[in-house]
This record gives sequence, C-alpha cells and structure tokens, in this order.
Amino acid sequence: MKTCLVVDDSSVIRKVARRILEGLEFEIAEAEDGEQALEACRSRMPDAVLLDWNMPKMDGYEFLRSLRRMPGGDAPKVVFCTTENDVAHIARALHAGANEYIMKPFDKEIVEAKFQEVGLL
Amino acid sequence: MTPLDYDFLRKLVKQRSGLVLSADKQYLVESRLLPVARKAGLAGLSELVQQLRGANAQALAVEVVEAMMTNESFFFRDRLPFEHFRNTIMPSLMVARAAQRRIRIWCAAASTGQEPYSLAMCLKEMGPLVAGWRIDILATDISNEVLEKAKAGIYSQFEVQRGLPIQMLIRHFAQLGETWQISPEIRAMVQYKPFNLLNDFAGLGMFDVVFCRNVLIYFDQQTKVGVLDRIARLVDRDGYLLLGAAETVVGLTDSFRPVADRRGLYAPNAGVCGAAPRLAAIAGGR
Repeated sequence: MKTCLVVDDSSVIRKVARRILEGLEFEIAEAEDGEQALEACRSRMPDAVLLDWNMPKMDGYEFLRSLRRMPGGDAPKVVFCTTENDVAHIARALHAGANEYIMKPFDKEIVEAKFQEVGLL
Repeated sequence: MTPLDYDFLRKLVKQRSGLVLSADKQYLVESRLLPVARKAGLAGLSELVQQLRGANAQALAVEVVEAMMTNESFFFRDRLPFEHFRNTIMPSLMVARAAQRRIRIWCAAASTGQEPYSLAMCLKEMGPLVAGWRIDILATDISNEVLEKAKAGIYSQFEVQRGLPIQMLIRHFAQLGETWQISPEIRAMVQYKPFNLLNDFAGLGMFDVVFCRNVLIYFDQQTKVGVLDRIARLVDRDGYLLLGAAETVVGLTDSFRPVADRRGLYAPNAGVCGAAPRLAAIAGGR
C-alpha cells in the first residue's frame, strides 16, 4: 500500500483529503505544518505528499525546499493543494520541485486526476 | 407530461440528433427541458410539446435537442487515446505523409473543445518535429452553444484541473479572473464548425485521423452503423479512428479493425476505407 502524508493546518481539509486518498488505497499520515511534516518524513519517507501552502511555523514552500535537500527527499511525489491559485505561485512551486498542483477548492475527481498525472495511481 | 408528450419528444430528439432516449429517461428529459420551456415563456412540458407540434418551431426544436446533449468533457480524457496519438499515430503518419507534410484531424463530437485543444497542445509540444507540417484540426459538434464555449477557450478552475497537467496549464493558458483561457496560438490550431453526424459527410474532405469518442453510445445500432460507414469513406487507408472507452466497431462494421494492444484505436481494413486510392485523393486536391 502506498503512503501519503497530508499536510494542512485545517483539520477539516485533512479529514476530507484523508477520506479521498483512503478511497484511492493510500495509507495516510497527517501533519499540521511544515515542521511536523519534515519530522514525519525523517521517520518515514512517504510515497506522496499532499501539501498546503500557508501554514504556521513552516509553510509548504519552505517544507518542499527542505524536503528536496534531505537524503531520499527527491523520491516523494509532491502535490500542492492550496488556495494560492496564481501563475506566480504555481511557477515557484514547480521550480522548487513540486510535481503537481491543485487549486482549492478540490474534489475527488481532481485529486484522482492529479495523482494519476504523477504516476501514483 | 403525458406518455404521448414524452413519445413526441423522444421521436423529435432521435430524428434530429440520433440520441436514443429509453422509456426510463423521463426524469432526465424533464430536468433538461423544463428550463427550455420556462425560457420560452411556457408553463411546462406539455405546453412545450404543443408549441413544438405547431408551425415555426424550428428554433425551439434546436434548443430542445441541444439541451438533451451530454457535453461532459475534460482535457486528455481517458489519457490513452492521446498516448496513441503521440506514440503511434503521429510517428506512423509522419512517415506515410512525409511527401505531403499535411495531416488532417477530425474531432467529430468536440463538445466544449477539450479534445481538439488537447491534440493541439500535443502537437505544439512536439515542437521542431512537426515544423513545416500543415496539421489541420477540424472540430465539430451538433450544438452551437458548446461550440461557442469551445471557440472562446475559457474554462473554470475545475475544468482545467481534470486531466490537464499543471505544466501544460502554465504553458498554454492565461489566468482570466477565476477562469483560464487557452492561448490564441493553440486556439488558432483548431477550426470549429457545427455539424450533425446524421447528415451527409460529403464536403468535409478526407482525414488521416478521426476522433469520434463518447457519442456512438447514445445512438441505436442502425445509427452507429451509418455513422461508422460514413466515417470509413473519409478516412485514408493508412489513417486511424479513435472511439470512446465504451465503444467498438466490432459487430457494427467491417471497415475498421481494432489495432492490437492499442485500446480504442482502429485502423481501416484494406480495400474498404477511403473512397479512392491515396494517389487519386491527392490528385483530387484534398
């Protein structure tokens, strides 16, 4: 079973994402901010990360940059999932090593399409 | 709505579009046509039918038919057909058409434009490989309303997230408030035209590739056979036909055969497709 780390400071979003991804046969871990997410990656590198941008402590962008510098940190497919929906943000995320980008609001079809796009499904 | 009213609507829609509405689709007809009735200032479906039975109902009938069409579409729908296009169709046509350097593609049920634009983006990303080639994409649909949307090339945030890789969104679209518009360059690669698949195909010209996906499923056996036979006459012998995931030529026509290991891809059977041999087609100024 593939693993996905869901990183979002909203417990509601984490719950929605968990339900969708469990339906796609992923085993889910959760983190509330970038620091927690890095911690989770250090103990167990996931196959996928669904990543919010704006979060307290460490945001998604900083997390992604740190992740990509970690040993084995280039392996996970990182899919941003954020309300930041302008071209500048998307370009920055891709440049920092994001594999895909979801603009909120999202639904099951979008998550499925994007995970398919990066070869996770 | 009385059973007689429903029967009238079913016949009208079938006759004008080929769409078959089974007896259990009454709820669908009601939900789609009530807004049409209201827009025309009519109280309900019985009044709508009454109007349609009268004279000068042409415009209203067109609206009724358009409202009954299913126009759901997404970019790179089902993925596989576009992989066939990139990895099988284009490489083979680029050899077969090396002299003419011309390829004609027909999207026969183009809906809101996602399919032809997906093909245009594929071609654009092939870059220097297709430089100097003239590649036409003709996109047709029975519904004028969806073609207007296709021409504008403006899609909601939801629509650009189903099937379209983010890299392509960034490369080929511009943000327009809450929506996204496909670039003028990609738009210019597709020509749109209203066309009813029940009509005569003469005048469309010959094609190397025909995408006819997710439309035959709505037709009865006889209509499917008719459409496939008419397509066969305008696909070149070394051309291709693509059908939707739930569609096949098997049991319907001998003009095409499934291509091995390429789901949804069909090739003309020798001696059946193409009205004339290839050379005659060129001499005929296709």
